[in-house]
Amino acid sequence: MDAKNVKLRLGKSSGFQWLIYVLAFACLVPLMAILFYIVQAGVTKINWHFLVNIPKPVGESGGGIANALVGSIIIILVSAVIAIPIGIMAGVYLSENRRGRLAYWVRLCTDILQGVPSIVIGIVAYFWLVRPWDLGFIHHKGGFSAISGSCALAIMMLPIIVRSTEETLKLLPDTLKEAALALGMPFHRVIFKVIVPVGISGILSGVMLSVARITGETAPLLFTAFGNPYLSVNIAKPMQSLPLLIYNYATSPYQDWLNLAWGASLILLIWVLFLNILTKVITRKWKVQL
Amino acid sequence: MESTIIKSRNFNASFGTNHVVKNVNIDIPRNHIIAVMGPSGCGKTTYLRCINRMHELIPGATCNGEMKLNDEDVYQMHPIFVRLKIGMVFQRPNPFPNLSIYDNVIAGYKLNGISLPKAERDEIVQRSLTKVALWTEVKDSLNKKGSFLSGGQQQRLCIARTVAMEPEVILFDEPTSALDPISTSTVEELFHELKANYTLIIVTHNMQQAARVSDKTAFFFLGELVEYDETKTMFTNPKDQRTQNYITGRFS
Amino acid sequence: MITRSDLPLRVINSSPQAIAKAKARARRSFRQIRTENVFRRSLMIMGLLMIVLVLGICLTLAMQSRLSISTLGAKYLWSKVWDPVQDVYGAWPFLLGTLLTSFLALIISIPFSISVAIFLGEYHPKGWLPNFLKNAVELIAAVPSVIYGFWGLAVLVPIVRSFESSIGVAPVGVGIFTSSLILAVMVIPYAASLGRSMISLVPSHLKEAAYALGATRWEVVRSVILPYTKSGLFAGILLSLGRALGETMAVTMVIGNTSDIPKSIFAPGNTMASVIANQFTEADKPVYLSALIELGLVLFLVTVVINLIGKKIIDRFTNE
Repeated sequence: MDAKNVKLRLGKSSGFQWLIYVLAFACLVPLMAILFYIVQAGVTKINWHFLVNIPKPVGESGGGIANALVGSIIIILVSAVIAIPIGIMAGVYLSENRRGRLAYWVRLCTDILQGVPSIVIGIVAYFWLVRPWDLGFIHHKGGFSAISGSCALAIMMLPIIVRSTEETLKLLPDTLKEAALALGMPFHRVIFKVIVPVGISGILSGVMLSVARITGETAPLLFTAFGNPYLSVNIAKPMQSLPLLIYNYATSPYQDWLNLAWGASLILLIWVLFLNILTKVITRKWKVQL
Repeated sequence: MESTIIKSRNFNASFGTNHVVKNVNIDIPRNHIIAVMGPSGCGKTTYLRCINRMHELIPGATCNGEMKLNDEDVYQMHPIFVRLKIGMVFQRPNPFPNLSIYDNVIAGYKLNGISLPKAERDEIVQRSLTKVALWTEVKDSLNKKGSFLSGGQQQRLCIARTVAMEPEVILFDEPTSALDPISTSTVEELFHELKANYTLIIVTHNMQQAARVSDKTAFFFLGELVEYDETKTMFTNPKDQRTQNYITGRFS
Repeated sequence: MITRSDLPLRVINSSPQAIAKAKARARRSFRQIRTENVFRRSLMIMGLLMIVLVLGICLTLAMQSRLSISTLGAKYLWSKVWDPVQDVYGAWPFLLGTLLTSFLALIISIPFSISVAIFLGEYHPKGWLPNFLKNAVELIAAVPSVIYGFWGLAVLVPIVRSFESSIGVAPVGVGIFTSSLILAVMVIPYAASLGRSMISLVPSHLKEAAYALGATRWEVVRSVILPYTKSGLFAGILLSLGRALGETMAVTMVIGNTSDIPKSIFAPGNTMASVIANQFTEADKPVYLSALIELGLVLFLVTVVINLIGKKIIDRFTNE
């Protein structure tokens, strides 16, 4: 054991430490690159005109993404309306039944659902909700609807909402529920008037996280909502959404459409980042493991 | 003539603004067993960890004063050298779970990058395990992981690991508080045998243990070294009222 | 469940008002009990819905693949030619594409994820800078995959194209390599965040034992922390792998969409997910569609198994 050996080991320790610092912060480079690029490519394309018009046909310049904006909002709203009540109630069920065979399988299936690739969910939603309404006999080309897309997205939202509700409610002390029950409160009132309000920020952050997640999803909508070049509010018919528009126009060779895609990308990015940051601010209060 | 191996002068230690060790002056003689006792929060463990410079690993921890090992200031040396000369055994037995018993004993050498020929390694392992009276119990299972050992055996394995590095001083931080009475007595027997080659400083919560095993005892209270004397004297005729109160159980 | 017979009996006097009041009270109580039972049952039904969904997904995929499985048989999976026009179907190019992109993405991303995990778990668990890094890495996972794909198409592909021409390979730009690069970035947060929680769980007394023996900080990381968290880090990598296998949009946009077997990592190709995305709506023959669904079934089974194994490892680790 001599000083030289120790110096070498200390050198190695510092060297690896710096390597780790460099590699860790190097992860931010692609993120920053993407953020800056999207901002500078998209910011020039956004104006009032862009936001209130629908895309023009190929060859004509101008146009906007109004159909995608409205479509995204409608699809997300419908998904939320479907997923939130089911998710919260399933989460309440799991937090009320810590053990038990059925609860075990429900938990397992929730975990499985969370890992299913989004395109598989899109396929399944197609067969459940699009195909039956497709009346073409030779080439199946119809039956697309916004509601089928919303259902697909709702399936993706469910595991996140269920888990975050369960985790939030698990953190609450049992004495809260017992005190309410001891006052003679019926069970459903205990849940909705006592337990849920106390845990509302944890549940809310789970909801917002799931909304943030599906806002940017494209694959489930490819064969369900399908996209629509016109502005539509009919959920039984195809509808455009921001990520779908970006996907279709980004892979096209027309400069006008590419411009639209850049502007749409910036808006989508801002939207998603805003939702995520909002979720973090709310979660900080609750330290919920999502 | 006994020589002093560890000397502290005006030693202070803090966690941020929390001053937990105040102006400690102590001379620890070579090849003795020193017990350090006191109520919870009196600073005895913090003082111990300052001796081998483990205290500074905690963010915000500071200390100042003189701490000398053989007349060399410990805080002027590199911590790695200090820890090679002053070993430590912890409250909870902590053999490395992914290493076999053999590898645990020579873990100190492996960690420091010292590669020895196999014969020498075998010899060190056998010598260390014999010193802690564990050799006959484990010599046929040296390649197994230590998880099957009892608490007392695991703690003796940790002592063997420390002893294998041939330090001059071994610090013990409440070494038997996590063990059952029988394992405790086996470890205490060890102290007597280790005294011949090492200096032991044992922080203990257990007054009876301090009285049983040590030559001299130091009593800490609220961060100060209140009394430091031969163990016999300390327990039969303490000089300070606070020591008297602690020994008679007025507080613990 | 509470039943009527569980209610205590009460003695009442026999005046008509008292009887009416008691009847009303009894009616209210019974209604409340019924509501409670209905409520409990509907909670259970919502929970059951999860099971129904998973079973439904399995069933639909299996039923729709039936045609392909019976017509093409098992050798569909290793047949090398995919030519729907000639009615020839072979999944091997897509299996290969999936394997290549996912594993290449993993290999590229692992050093970065593990570094983030060690940085946040061991070197700097607290502070504003580590917090910033943690949030930024989580933001990587939040960016939608179409945006990764679009950026890849506009920025990464030209860079790769010039790189390819500088090393003498056909300068296509799109291909397995570019997809792997983008996937690698997208996949970093999963292993990083799981790794970080595993590393922060290493008991401090083990680290102290190593320090007390004279170890340097890096030696403590290498000899104590990494062996202890081995299985947790592996689970994190599995989770990243599961994510990479199922990723569709970003890969679809930069992989080149050909059905040939990629000859090198710079060649274009397709993954299972991307071929479904690209060709699903073009599938005009029942066998064509069924063959694509069978790919979806394989993808489903593989990702589910990987995710479950990862979760099982994590559960075992956190419950020890």
